[in-house]
Amino acid sequence: MAGPSSSARFRTPMSRARGLGASHHGVGHFVTERVSGIALIPLALWGLFAGLRLASLGFDGAAEWVAIAHNTVLLSLLIVVALIHLKGAVQVVIEDYVPDFTTKTVLVLANLFVCVLGGALGVVAILKVAFTGAL
Amino acid sequence: MTDTRGGLPDRPLSPHLQVWRWHITMACSILHRATVFALYVGVLLLAGWAVALASGPDAYACYTGLLGSFLGKLVLFGLTVALLYNVAYTVRQSFWDMGKGFTPKTADMTGVGAIAFAVVGAIVVWVIAAQTGAL
Repeated sequence: MAGPSSSARFRTPMSRARGLGASHHGVGHFVTERVSGIALIPLALWGLFAGLRLASLGFDGAAEWVAIAHNTVLLSLLIVVALIHLKGAVQVVIEDYVPDFTTKTVLVLANLFVCVLGGALGVVAILKVAFTGAL
Repeated sequence: MTDTRGGLPDRPLSPHLQVWRWHITMACSILHRATVFALYVGVLLLAGWAVALASGPDAYACYTGLLGSFLGKLVLFGLTVALLYNVAYTVRQSFWDMGKGFTPKTADMTGVGAIAFAVVGAIVVWVIAAQTGAL
């Protein structure tokens, strides 16, 4: 952690006045990662518990379990919040290590699309099982 | 050093893996990034599980068969460690956000604590899994 005096040396007076950081949206990213991270503490621990339950249930048992309202909601939330959190985390790694603009842009977009597609598939599948039951 | 009078101040250089002595906080940070990628795959596996469940008993049996194989169990155990490590790391990071835990001694201790929590926690979860017939 750099103290205010050392970080101030590397910033122009204009950037200090604007107070938005280097990329103008770092604060939003930081808050998203922190809030989703905190939300994931109970969600992920519940996910472990859910995994233990589901592992001993067969297809019919799992479908019934998913159809219980609070399980439907928590499972969907776990997938969505985890993907929001991981999308941001992986994007930072890409931005840190890939200097080439085109490669970086392709990877950042691919990351976004994979997360949105994975989330949509997962949530729709859970809702389908919850609303229509086991086939 | 380059003379920078009148120009930009000396910029701090990025640390590189090859020239840095390994220490606990550094290993924790790198492990955190590695586990983020593991969990990225893990959430996609979870979404895939939901899709398999929504696709009917045959697809579900095939998918859970893969997860239940030796390699599948190895991956799932690794994901349990990664998940618990990230839960502990988020707690650690929340204290950092409040400005606490930055002294080298405390940071080392919380780092070791996070890794120990993840490994011991994962073993406990899998022992519970074995005892409840989930394996």
